Amino acid sequence: MIQVSGLTKDYGARRAIDNLTFEAKQGEILGFLGPNGAGKTTTMRILTGYMPPTRGEASVAGFDIISESLEVRKRVGYLPETVPLYPDMTAFDYLMYMAQLRHLENAEDCVDDALEMVGMEERADGLVGKLSKGMKQRIGLAQALLHKPEVLILDEPSIGLDPGQVVEVRKLIKNIGQERTVLLSTHVLPEAQQLCDRVMIINKGQIVAEDTPGNLQARLVGAERASLRVRGKADKLLPKIQQIKGLENASLDSDGSLQFHFSPKKDVRPEVAKIAVNAGFDLLELKAVGMSLEEIFLELTREEKTAEPESE
Amino acid sequence: MRNIWTIARREYDLYFISPIAYIILFTMMLVLGIIFGVNVLGASQAGVFGGYVPDTTMITNSMVFMFLLSAPAITMRLLADEQRMGTMELLLTAPVRDVELVLGKWLGAFMFILTLIVMTLVFPLMLNQFTVPGIDWKFMLSGYLGVLLVVSAFLGIGVGISSMFSNQIAAFFTTLIVLVLLWWLIGAPANLLGKGGELFDYLSMQTHYYDSMAQGKIFLEDIIYYLSLTSLGIFIGTISIELRRWR
Ligand SMILES: Nc1ncnc2c1ncn2[C@@H]1O[C@H](COP(=O)(O)OP(=O)(O)OP(=O)(O)O)[C@@H](O)[C@H]1O
Ligand SMILES: [Mg+2]
Repeated sequence: MIQVSGLTKDYGARRAIDNLTFEAKQGEILGFLGPNGAGKTTTMRILTGYMPPTRGEASVAGFDIISESLEVRKRVGYLPETVPLYPDMTAFDYLMYMAQLRHLENAEDCVDDALEMVGMEERADGLVGKLSKGMKQRIGLAQALLHKPEVLILDEPSIGLDPGQVVEVRKLIKNIGQERTVLLSTHVLPEAQQLCDRVMIINKGQIVAEDTPGNLQARLVGAERASLRVRGKADKLLPKIQQIKGLENASLDSDGSLQFHFSPKKDVRPEVAKIAVNAGFDLLELKAVGMSLEEIFLELTREEKTAEPESE
Repeated sequence: MRNIWTIARREYDLYFISPIAYIILFTMMLVLGIIFGVNVLGASQAGVFGGYVPDTTMITNSMVFMFLLSAPAITMRLLADEQRMGTMELLLTAPVRDVELVLGKWLGAFMFILTLIVMTLVFPLMLNQFTVPGIDWKFMLSGYLGVLLVVSAFLGIGVGISSMFSNQIAAFFTTLIVLVLLWWLIGAPANLLGKGGELFDYLSMQTHYYDSMAQGKIFLEDIIYYLSLTSLGIFIGTISIELRRWR
């Protein structure tokens, strides 16, 4: 549904995206993750026909983004980063205007459906300029959903929404993503983790990692991590468990729990538990802690100088 | 075609919620009202001597002048404001051609001025009622055709210039300067040069109105001139949007 190969965009001398190649299939939600200025918005603008790339090719919904731009634009729903709204129109009129530009038959039904999907039916007749930020975001989303597009491209869709709406919107995106293709960018890592079938981490215009959220974690961690909580002072336990073979990086966390790493080949947890109990500690909790996407993200997108192996 | 109409209609509706529209409407009706009064007065005095033909060119000439000043205010926001509000991204990713966008904007503004022009028809029509032998229809019709063509060109230039700015005020002053230049100043070298200055005379916007349609004469050449200028403005607008995409 989305196919991108060798996509490059230069703004003058600044390279915003550099030789991106990826694809998203039908029924897939692809998450775009990256720090500010990584090139997420730039990529989306190219895919939606807003601007052409400097080099490279891409097709969306089976049409070339340059030579068949209008066909692509017919089939894509796009929520830009800065929600494009006309403050002096009512929400209904705004959506009707877009429906007419898209030549939708029974435009009114489409508008009503879209308003309902984002839970804004009640504010349909109010001026868009008088809505709250999150409501504006929802109207922008309704605009992207209006024509039930094959491909949905959402630039930070849940920004500005209240927690209840975040849940609603994620549910909505998840639903849409079952049959259609969704490309969304986000800074909110749990969102990517929950929502996306695949995550692409992009930094300085280049893809640094691409996989399912699960695989990404497994692949990048390399080691399992666990946390141990006992009653009383755990600092006396620390030197004891440090002697276990295959256990590394044991440390005392600020919340009083002990953290340690171990290789997936040798699970040291039973041994840790035994030692703790033998030493007279009451074991409260022993659990595996996956490296969060957050940490992976930071790991991958860290500046070069700090990315060098730390010597401890 | 359909997109042009959709865009034009929204633009048209928007004028009626902006104060500028009403200021222009009020000023225009006031000035034309005074001109109407002068003519009726002239006719009533001439009644004694007979043979006063009311002058509708006064109406059309002053309309042309007022549109020269107000067209920049009407076109300034057309594309500049879309750029400022970020809605350009919406329009440029909607299935709409760039030229349709510019044409739609131009048409919306033109329909608005057309509405004003239709309202002003009450003055020549009343003048015709109240005076004997009535107005000279040849002058009136060619004058109004001239106004339409001149306005079309003003708005074409205005929409073209609006596409280059994201600030309405900048668009306003640039358009005003360009219109003043094309209307009056470009013809100045023609007077200085005398023979050999015909090119400047041809380029000047006012000669194509004052030398023909304001005098009850209609030439194809003048119609082509104003329509070309309109197209040029729309072409410039389209190109500048295209260039903006490539930046
Ligand atoms: N219109 C523009 N003109 C010049 N440079 C630009 C323009 N838009 C973006 N850039 C540059 O391109 C790079 C990528 O920007 P982009 O907006 O794509 O990042 P992003 O990943 O969307 O960031 P964010 O998370 O902050 O939204 C940045 O270095 C930015 O400064
Ligand atoms: Mg962005």
